[in-house]
Amino acid sequence: MGPQRKAPPLTRPLLRALVVPAAATLALTLAACGARTADEPEADGTGSATGASASCVDTSGDSIKIGFLNSLSGTMAISEQTVRDSLDLAADEINAAGGVLGKQLDVVAEDGASEPTVFAEKAEKLISSDCVAAVFGGWTSSSRKAMLPVFEAKNSLLFYPVQYEGLEASKNIFYTGATTNQQIIPAMDYLKEQGKTKVFLVGSDYVFPRTANKEIVAYAKANGIDIVGEEYAPLGYTDFSTIVTKLKGSGADAVFNTLNGDSNVAFFKEYKNVGLAADTLPVVSVSIAEEEVGGIGVDNVEGQLTAWNYYQTVDSPANEKFVAAFKAKYGDDRVTSDPMEAAYTSLYLWKGMVEKAKSFDVAAIQDAAGGVSFEAPEGTVTVNGENHHIAKTALIGKIGPDGLIHTEWSSKEPIEPDPFLEGYDWAAGLS
Amino acid sequence: MDALVSQLFAGLSLGSVLLLAALGLALTFGQMGVINMAHGEFMMAGAYTAYVVQGIVADAGVSLLVSLVVGFLVGGLLGLLLEVTLISRMYRRPLDTLLVTFGVALVLQQAARDVFGAPNVDVRAPAWLSGAVQVLGVGVPKTRLFILALAAVCLAALALVLKLTPLGRRIRATVQNRDLAETSGISTRATDRLTFFVGSGVAGVAGVALTLLGSIGPTLGTNYIVDAFLVVVVGGIGQLKGAAIAALALGLLQASFEYSTTASIAKVLVFVVIVAFLQVRPQGLVSVRSRSLA
Repeated sequence: MGPQRKAPPLTRPLLRALVVPAAATLALTLAACGARTADEPEADGTGSATGASASCVDTSGDSIKIGFLNSLSGTMAISEQTVRDSLDLAADEINAAGGVLGKQLDVVAEDGASEPTVFAEKAEKLISSDCVAAVFGGWTSSSRKAMLPVFEAKNSLLFYPVQYEGLEASKNIFYTGATTNQQIIPAMDYLKEQGKTKVFLVGSDYVFPRTANKEIVAYAKANGIDIVGEEYAPLGYTDFSTIVTKLKGSGADAVFNTLNGDSNVAFFKEYKNVGLAADTLPVVSVSIAEEEVGGIGVDNVEGQLTAWNYYQTVDSPANEKFVAAFKAKYGDDRVTSDPMEAAYTSLYLWKGMVEKAKSFDVAAIQDAAGGVSFEAPEGTVTVNGENHHIAKTALIGKIGPDGLIHTEWSSKEPIEPDPFLEGYDWAAGLS
Repeated sequence: MDALVSQLFAGLSLGSVLLLAALGLALTFGQMGVINMAHGEFMMAGAYTAYVVQGIVADAGVSLLVSLVVGFLVGGLLGLLLEVTLISRMYRRPLDTLLVTFGVALVLQQAARDVFGAPNVDVRAPAWLSGAVQVLGVGVPKTRLFILALAAVCLAALALVLKLTPLGRRIRATVQNRDLAETSGISTRATDRLTFFVGSGVAGVAGVALTLLGSIGPTLGTNYIVDAFLVVVVGGIGQLKGAAIAALALGLLQASFEYSTTASIAKVLVFVVIVAFLQVRPQGLVSVRSRSLA
């Protein structure tokens, strides 16, 4: 634009500023889609055909292909790279120990680019053109929801390693992270045990916090806890002065935090700067793990609570081995976290299922899955054959000055997964 | 009353953040007409500068002050590099500039990810900025007061440079009538470069300030770029005064809407107000009258 111009048309460049990148992205995506459909499966037919659509998985050689699908670019890369690292570690370990059914794992890695549509498209590619036996990955619920129809239509398997909002069960997905009754409900039980009666909810404005908070509100109503505030911030929001003002004025004695990513930093900095503190108004977070503590700054979150099923500090021989192997491969300064552990575990659970089924066939694996168990770093986990989630122990942790999270409270034994909260009277009508 | 004062403050503070993010744009977009989508990434570079400086200078207070200066230079030099290598080749081609700078933004984001790693990093705030002070009976975080003051200082400094210095006169002359300025012996190329240097430098300073409020990640800039353009457009292109008023007005609007509704709804309402306002006054709050032929 030249320097000589009239004032009125000046809003147009802004419009273009918004439209052009969007159009460019769209065009690129469409082009990519076109390319994708062009190379439809070159099925070699050696795999065992099952169900609605024939599988092209090649089980004849001495290796078997599996797919890793995580975001290595875009906003989610920060989290999903860590999951990829622990998947790689598990694959290396399994290969060094002789593989699965005597076959070495041949990993096909793809980047989901933090875009649900890319996840769906890459999942399709992994299944139809790479012919992988199973796919491991996904993080956001939107990426999982985008991939679900692909895995169901192609009758393939996805192992999803992150805690999520529940209310879902697909026979083509194994959920190795926690569902709500293994994370959120135990956290509420803990607050109730601590005598908290006024809880303030703060979350990012998308599916997980909205659904989780609906469940928390129902729980609170049934258990005599007042929800004194419920605030949502748009994803990526970084100005929490108003929300913290509302929190301060609400009379809450605990905060349940489902904020995501960068927003946590801004929230905790504001919380601390207005003089709130963990010993009087503790915040329970379900999205802050060891990996995030460094980025938020230990000073800002020391003494705050988290709800997960695994911490790096868990005291078990399996965890000792996992942490040591992880640090040996990626460096001493790295930490391990719940989703990383769940991803690592997912590969071993798949191995257990395949070995029990003595086959890489999807239907055989689905039949064999129930009861498959693994001595995971978090403790013993067992696959539920009905809903394809796994029984896990719930742990409430406190963030220590070393940046690690230390167990404060534990459910003692694994909690059976109940994604639709059918075992809870107060949850009637939620799903 | 307490709520009113604290919300008034929240609004001013939000406005000051917007102003810091938009001041540099008011120069490069407002004065020069360059749509620089990489402006947010210059802020990101400033924020990472604060992180790097803190790694060298351990004292958080000293490192913050050093970072403000170094952040200005880093942002400015990145801007200068961009201007000399790319933007200078495409003045009068706004659409191309937009796409090119958008690409540069993506490259810078990925570069940050490669250099500093994907996880966010944190900068410690100095002890004298932690906690709150009582203003009219309401606790106000010191970091926010600091940013408010910083925004005011930057605004005043830029205004003085534009009004009083030879460089400022050259910039204004170039903006108002490039051909006439050139025939009067002003090197408009040199002026463009300097303007871009200063505008991008201010983005670097804004990035350093943001480390006090949030974390530092490769996508830090993308959170602010749209808001920054909005401030400049609402303020009226070509005027710092307009940007300042617009930033504070948008901050106060967002804070008051957010208090009475929710953060998401407040954002929507602010957009609605902006769209309505631009219908009535497309030239923005304050407009430049120029005698040049458009």
